[in-house]
Amino acid sequence: MGLLSKKDAALIKDPLADNNPITIQVLGICSALAITAELEAAIVMSISVLFVLGIGNVVISLMRNIIPSKIRIIVQLIVVAALVIIVDQVLKAFAYELSKTLSVFVGLIITNCIIMGRFEAFALGNGPWRSFLDGIGNSLGYGVILIIVAFFRELLGAGTLLGIKVLGDPIEKTGVYAFGYENNGFMLLAPMALIVVGIIIWVQRSRNKALIED
Amino acid sequence: MSKKTDSNIYTIIFAIAMVIVVGGVLAFTASALRPRIDNNERLEKQQNILYAMGVNANDESSAIFVSTDEAPELFSKYITKQLVIQGDDVSEDSEAYLIDVKKEQSSAKAGNKRRLPLFVGSKDGKTFYIAPIRGKGLWDAIWAYVAMDANMVVQGAYFDHKGETAGLGANIKQRYFMDDFIGESLMNNGSFKGITVAKGNNDPKNLEKNDNEVDAIAGATITGDGVSAMLKSELRQYVSYFKTLK
Repeated sequence: MGLLSKKDAALIKDPLADNNPITIQVLGICSALAITAELEAAIVMSISVLFVLGIGNVVISLMRNIIPSKIRIIVQLIVVAALVIIVDQVLKAFAYELSKTLSVFVGLIITNCIIMGRFEAFALGNGPWRSFLDGIGNSLGYGVILIIVAFFRELLGAGTLLGIKVLGDPIEKTGVYAFGYENNGFMLLAPMALIVVGIIIWVQRSRNKALIED
Repeated sequence: MSKKTDSNIYTIIFAIAMVIVVGGVLAFTASALRPRIDNNERLEKQQNILYAMGVNANDESSAIFVSTDEAPELFSKYITKQLVIQGDDVSEDSEAYLIDVKKEQSSAKAGNKRRLPLFVGSKDGKTFYIAPIRGKGLWDAIWAYVAMDANMVVQGAYFDHKGETAGLGANIKQRYFMDDFIGESLMNNGSFKGITVAKGNNDPKNLEKNDNEVDAIAGATITGDGVSAMLKSELRQYVSYFKTLK
């Protein structure tokens, strides 16, 4: 037997594909549109959500029997906001450069529906360990889609990956630009993120018919 | 059967306790880390000023600061004077770099005389005048350190932002954009004109240095307009000082 039981492993594996928070649960779309113009930003956002959702799920799970149901959404919001502020302050003190990159995403993490969705749907009804695994699994599932979308947007929109020119120089006309290729500036705009997410959903459902709703 | 956590009294007590605990934890974290954060911000200002005057660790295409360990020493080596301009008065202040430009802007709006910090740097026999400025982008604040010579020709610039869109407006802090400003004049026929971040101009490589224009970033129109407006409104205030240099 591996490190995790089959049921626990499913908590990590399922959100990566067949129960993906973006493509199946259709959560976290706003941040997927906002920060996928650059691969680096998508990676930073994914790591931030991994951290906040992993710990947040554990905190909510530990508190699940004492949270009054009438104000549970407010409590969840306070937990995620407090976690994000603490992370931001610690980074500002000990990893200043990284904190500057991250500051753009702080607001987006607080309002990310995946986080509230997992608190509400999973952490309130499960123990801390399973909630932790669920948080990690869903963040990874979110991150995978973010990174795929950002890969195509940055590559086709700017001709770069992680800021490195991989298709040549558009001004000097080297690489593929020498053959008349032009960057597709439309890829850098938010609507294209939606279209790329749509294509991923299409591919995913055509490969797995069980995901198609009647 | 209703649970005890559903009662109104329990809910109120829980809410109060939660606010106290979370507030306490956040206040403790913020005050414990404040000195370190302040120090990081001080070093960053020094790095930004040095960057604008060409004291940096840039490689082929990325913008890289000098290290934080070296910054204070290099700052005192290259920055020869720190000035504060207030109306016609010009005074020296060894900590002018700590002046908060945002506060000065608000104070000017309230009718007070604004204090304008200006740093004089010297490198390889050349004198640089570096002005910290601040404006508005699409989502939030943008700011810059612009190094000029005595004729208000840009010698270097560092742009930064609080929350511009990654991949679009956030690219104002990319080196290819910042380097475009080098050599551009803020003056035109003896009067102040500023520099416009121009869309669709015929000079994407920015070879023409007397047109008061640099090439815009695709998809970042409002951030670019913010940069143009910031350069115009903020640097205009330094013109009278530069006239005294002649």
